[in-house]
Amino acid sequence: MESIITVEGVVKRFGRDVRALDGLSLRIPAGIIFGLLGPNGAGKTTLIRILATLLAADEGVVRVAGFDVRHQAEAVRARIGLAGQYAAVDDHLTGRENVEMVGRLYGLSRRDAQARTSVVLDRIGLGDAAHRQVQTYSGGMRRRIDLVASLVGRPQVLFLDEPTTGVDPASRRELWDLIRDLVDGGTTVVLTTQYLDEADQLAGRIGVINHGRLVSEGTPEQVKDHTGPAVLELSIPDSQKDEAMRALGQIASQPPAYDRRRGRLVLGATDGVVTLQHALRVLDAAAITPTDVGLHRPTLDDVFLALTRTERTDQNLNDTAKETV
Amino acid sequence: MTTATVVSRETVAPRRFGRALAHTGVLTRRSLLANVRLRDVLLLSAIQPIIFMVMFLYVFGGAIETALPSAAGGSYANWLIPGILAQFAVFGASTTAYGLHNDRVSGVIDRFRSLPTARSAVLAGRTLADLTRSSVILLLQLGVGILLGFRWQSGILALLAGLGLALAFGYACSWIMATLGLAVRNTEAIQAAVYSVVFPFTLVSSVFLPTQTMPGWLQVFAEHQPITVVANALRGLLLGPDALAPGQTVAGQTELALVWTAAILAVFVPLAVRVYRRSVS
Repeated sequence: MESIITVEGVVKRFGRDVRALDGLSLRIPAGIIFGLLGPNGAGKTTLIRILATLLAADEGVVRVAGFDVRHQAEAVRARIGLAGQYAAVDDHLTGRENVEMVGRLYGLSRRDAQARTSVVLDRIGLGDAAHRQVQTYSGGMRRRIDLVASLVGRPQVLFLDEPTTGVDPASRRELWDLIRDLVDGGTTVVLTTQYLDEADQLAGRIGVINHGRLVSEGTPEQVKDHTGPAVLELSIPDSQKDEAMRALGQIASQPPAYDRRRGRLVLGATDGVVTLQHALRVLDAAAITPTDVGLHRPTLDDVFLALTRTERTDQNLNDTAKETV
Repeated sequence: MTTATVVSRETVAPRRFGRALAHTGVLTRRSLLANVRLRDVLLLSAIQPIIFMVMFLYVFGGAIETALPSAAGGSYANWLIPGILAQFAVFGASTTAYGLHNDRVSGVIDRFRSLPTARSAVLAGRTLADLTRSSVILLLQLGVGILLGFRWQSGILALLAGLGLALAFGYACSWIMATLGLAVRNTEAIQAAVYSVVFPFTLVSSVFLPTQTMPGWLQVFAEHQPITVVANALRGLLLGPDALAPGQTVAGQTELALVWTAAILAVFVPLAVRVYRRSVS
């Protein structure tokens, strides 16, 4: 796949001590939704701002839609859209006026800006509300107008910095649908989010950032694979629990753990279904029949925690291990 | 993708200029609409300078009238109003600092900077809208001043020249405020910065009182700083040459005021654009 965004060895320092981005490299293929995940302060917003030509990197090369963001910023700006963490719309203008203004600033003539505004407004079905001042809008409506304003210039790449933060669940779904529609129209979307389900729902590929570095990248499935095996969960009658632990201990590299809260045995399934078959065989030999069996991939939550907990102390790691077991 | 390299420079430059002009128009309209539609803000910001004017007129007036030059005709209103017009030019400019600060905090500047918008257009649009707003308030002040007894002693052309000069100086000050509003990141700090520029410069001047009674070292500053120069030029234009200190001429003070205006623009327009290019929310 062709990359529409390439980031190579980007470093961004703030002051003397803070390295917001610490040698980050990344390629994003065209025509997908790419999710940037990471804890607060990981460098997500800094990266988006460098990609959108708002900040200059201290080191490294960044190309967006075929142009260098430092030396050809103007060409990049003509091809991107940005919707930041806050809806950057004017309260005293109507929804329509806001969108039209951004159209004019993209360089459209008045007539083209009006026509294009009608097209993009149709997509979000604001109806008559488009003629009301934005100060009368709900939070979700503001976000939608903000998103639509960033579309009026037909960007090849759209950057969305936490597009659904602080939005109610219903509006969130509407925003998701809108973002999915964009990709059908050929726009590449790069979004940051703290919500794992959002990345899971929307993104074709995910990059996990921590301490200014890319710690994992790939499809959501690949990212989950990176971090560990599938997980096998077994419900065993209490009376046979110890015996089952002993039997399963023979087949896995690590002994199974007992999740007290849910009353289940949990086993890392390195070989997936093969591990499952193996486990059932040894249990059968010991005359134990599980009441329930589940083989599942670790959720993004598991992955996220595993990837970003490097800075924690061993004590914390142990605590986390206990919680998941 | 690289039409700019194919097309010769001569055709690109006017197109760029045309684009900057169009963007400036769009952004001026945006800021002006805020003034028109946010009525309570407009109303209060128009009333405040008038309250100040009335306050100074009646609090200081009685005590000062005897010390006034003869051109004032014994009326403090005649002395004060030209000064007040010069003072408001500076006060009104502070709107630019707050407007740009709000735009930066709300992410609007981020959006504008991510668009292929002419570099100067955001600042030009903001300052031009503030200039328009200042003109309206200035006329309002003049009108109320006339009701309170102000009589200009010269022709209509001199009056228009005076108003134009005040607005030109205020516009230059807008660029100082633009630099301040973008460079200082915190709302309270901006307020402190604006007041620590505006108050010393407007008080230690000839706006309210003749400077002769100030201690020597302060008098030197007061007589040469730009607001005094503008206030003198306005008095010369509106009241005639007798309102000026011996040795000063109306043309001389007006020229000096224009030099100050040009100098401030020459320094602060590039500085403000520079700060704008680096600002993120």
